[in-house]
Amino acid sequence: MSRPLAAPAALEHAALPWLQAATVASLLPHAGQLPLWLSLGCAAVLAWSLTQALRLGRLPPRWLLLLLVGIGATGIAIEYRSLFGRDPGIAILVAMATLKLLELRSRRDAMVLLTLCCFLLLTHFFHSQSIPTAAWLLAALWLIIAALLRLQTSILAPRPLLREAARLGLQAIPLGLLLFILFPRISGPLWGLPQDAQRARSGLAEQVEPGSIADLALSGEIAFRVRFDQAPPHRRLLYWRGPVLEQLQGNAWRPLPTRREPPRIEAISPALGYESTLEPSRQHWLLALDAPGAWPVAAELTANLSLRSREPLHERQRVRLAAHLDYRYNRDATPTELQRNLRLPGGSNPRSQALGRQWQEDIATPRERVAQALQLFAQAPFSYTLQPPPLGQNAIDDFLFTTRRGFCEHYAAAFALLMRAAGVPARVVSGYQGGELNPIDGYLEVRQSDAHAWAEVWLAGEGWRRVDPTAAIAPERIELGLVAALPVGEPLPLLTALRADWLLALRHRWDAANNAWNQHFLGYNAERQRQWLAALGVAADDWQRWALLLAGGGGLLLAGLAARLLWQRPRRDPLRREWERALRILARHQVNCPPGAAPLALLARVDELAPALAPAFARVVEIYLAARYGPPAPPPVAEAAARELRAAVAQLAKGNRF
Amino acid sequence: MGLSTVDRVKTAFFRRHRDGSGSIRLDRRRIYILPTGAGLLYALTLFTMLLGAINYSLTLGHLLVFLLAALGLNAMLHTFRNLYGLSLTPGPCTPVFVGESVHFPLRLMAAPGLAHRALEFLPAGGSLVCHAQCSDSDWITLPVPASRRGWLSLPRIKLASRYPLGLFVAWSWLQPEVQALVYPAPATTPLPSPLAAGGELASGREGDEDFAGFRARQPADSPRHVAWKASSRQAGEQPLLIKQFAGGSRPEYRLDWHDCMPGDVEARLSQLCGWVLAAEAAGSRYSLSLPGGEITGGHGPAHCQRCLEALALFPAAPA
Repeated sequence: MSRPLAAPAALEHAALPWLQAATVASLLPHAGQLPLWLSLGCAAVLAWSLTQALRLGRLPPRWLLLLLVGIGATGIAIEYRSLFGRDPGIAILVAMATLKLLELRSRRDAMVLLTLCCFLLLTHFFHSQSIPTAAWLLAALWLIIAALLRLQTSILAPRPLLREAARLGLQAIPLGLLLFILFPRISGPLWGLPQDAQRARSGLAEQVEPGSIADLALSGEIAFRVRFDQAPPHRRLLYWRGPVLEQLQGNAWRPLPTRREPPRIEAISPALGYESTLEPSRQHWLLALDAPGAWPVAAELTANLSLRSREPLHERQRVRLAAHLDYRYNRDATPTELQRNLRLPGGSNPRSQALGRQWQEDIATPRERVAQALQLFAQAPFSYTLQPPPLGQNAIDDFLFTTRRGFCEHYAAAFALLMRAAGVPARVVSGYQGGELNPIDGYLEVRQSDAHAWAEVWLAGEGWRRVDPTAAIAPERIELGLVAALPVGEPLPLLTALRADWLLALRHRWDAANNAWNQHFLGYNAERQRQWLAALGVAADDWQRWALLLAGGGGLLLAGLAARLLWQRPRRDPLRREWERALRILARHQVNCPPGAAPLALLARVDELAPALAPAFARVVEIYLAARYGPPAPPPVAEAAARELRAAVAQLAKGNRF
Repeated sequence: MGLSTVDRVKTAFFRRHRDGSGSIRLDRRRIYILPTGAGLLYALTLFTMLLGAINYSLTLGHLLVFLLAALGLNAMLHTFRNLYGLSLTPGPCTPVFVGESVHFPLRLMAAPGLAHRALEFLPAGGSLVCHAQCSDSDWITLPVPASRRGWLSLPRIKLASRYPLGLFVAWSWLQPEVQALVYPAPATTPLPSPLAAGGELASGREGDEDFAGFRARQPADSPRHVAWKASSRQAGEQPLLIKQFAGGSRPEYRLDWHDCMPGDVEARLSQLCGWVLAAEAAGSRYSLSLPGGEITGGHGPAHCQRCLEALALFPAAPA
């Protein structure tokens, strides 16, 4: 079995496919994130490496590799305008790892490549930390371990190799989890997040003009999940408030700078507690239910009843909130506040403004003017659609008098403008409306497609009151959700479009699994760790105990693993066991048996020293010798021989007793 | 063999005593383990990854780093385990001539229920000589070049393994007490004139006339006598064949130290060695006379071996 090796460090050719597979598995998810030319280039290099491995060709010369590195680096520098930073860094590492495939000469090269692959596994998490990503990466890790193994041993066939790799990986899991739970977590960032880490994800409209939300409505992505302490309220009450837009410029409603003066809320219904888990939106809005009754310290309530977190939401965040669904708000609004909400830009949308002014003259009370506007939307040939026709310069005029087809923001923007023109203080609120209860885990899921815009008007004696013009034109939107409100044939958000029951059930399950993953696994951060440790009886600042727990637990797990690995199982040889039993019986009869004594020699001694035992022992010796030194027998025969021997030894013991 | 100071310290620090000729079982105290360069690179990478995971608050990144760290520690245990419990027993070795390699046989016995993979055997200060796997029991041979005649001891052997992941290297020093006899390198010179039946010198070169068959080539045979055609017909790595000739009565030779070409001791011994092999191959009786003693005439493998041993161990008196 021994063979001299030409060069101990040389890389076996047969190990190449493993290295290529591990590299591809760790790089592939990047293909969608990198610039197209780089992905194609990497694919070409990979194909080259494959053909080179198949044809046993020579590796390309070093100058060619250097040239390729140069081209890649230049391209990356041009593409990202820098060679430093997160994304160009990843691009460079991907290029290097791919080119390394053409430079695999020694085992050392292969080790460097595989270590690089481990590092690249981490970089996938910048883009996604979902369950499929985690599953893919575990598979890639498996391949990397298998490739590392393959570098060390050539004796294992692919299947045993994969099995051995899986064994190594699985054995590492308990210790890995222990470190995950107990290793002191530090809240990042350590050196500040680069600009590119903050790609905006939410499309919650910071300004509302006709057409701003419709794009977002096509996204089935989850914006946040809510769990109520009690039974969830009816969905028509679920208005999740984002920014309040008080300033109309042209056709667009925009927010005014945040004011700190506290809103005056009169709660009518008791507080309803709930916990909201917000996906990272890079924005400040906590999207609380109207009207907030309790909020975390890291948030503040603006004068407009919106909850803002002090820091933008870069990570998924869980906040504990409460709401009074029935409330009065700012009944005693100051004249400046009312004045601000009556202001109209001169010149734009003249027809709408004229219509409002006419209402102010014709209709006595603001309440009736509101009803008039809602009636207008309900009666005229207005329709609700996600594909509104394009509008001109005076978009609201065009919408109200020409196209009359629009989405929630069309109606909210037009309604608020009409109200201001009619002398009723009004403004637009952007946020989400409704949500879907997941029957699997009881969480209410609010998706980007639930994004909504509505209006608020101020009425004397009532304060600010919510008016949702969309409810007038498409009450199904509020009562049942977007899918029910849209006419057949409209494009629907991918996931929300599922109407078949079993598909819906499947989606519920998948969403619940994702939620559990987010809540229990991804949500495990420094704060959660402190809670966990407190549950274990270790205070967060009790470093000694903490270290003891970590070292003790890790040590125990390692010791257990070592014991499992090093425990040398005694050979389970039944013949040997019975034979030794027979020798012990002889020893009790003062027949001294040296450990290595030959059976027949021993039989002669027994004949001499304890003749009474000799016949029984002769039988034992006969069976033992036949089984041990006879021709090799198939397992059933061998087992029968062992049983026979056991019976003979029992006979010997019996002879002993009598 | 000049050892550097570092080597000397290492030798003093690590076990240096001989292990006897019995079995060596690798236990806790015999196995050393350290991370390899690749292992250090791996650790550095993990540290960088941890910083990245903290900075970007990547929960899954934390998990990956900790899994990889646990994998590294697990690999350390496995590397240790790969040597642990392995038993090595030296076996008998056959003598060789100077210039060849002694193949020291070593029987490997796996610990019950354990497999030992990717074992590397390296002589002290040398390079890899042998790569082995062992799951039950197995023989391996360690080739050691024989450069001097006499007894050749198996040098100190380093048994190392990086299995499974190459992140750690575990090793153990073995110094089983086995030695092999190395005969002098045979020189090809014509045999001295044979003795006549009564011990007189006779002339002529009987035994060269009639073709009598083939025999395997021995190092002392001249290339002129090789049967190239017949050899090429043989399959596999068999020794070359020599044409044997017979004719007349077999002469008896007296191989005397003083008949050798004048030269140093080793040259004379080489010449004598060549003569012994040639005489044995010719099927003749021969005696060997050395300054310290004499081996009387004889023939056959045992006689040949006795003569060769005397030559190998010269100037000790022949047994």
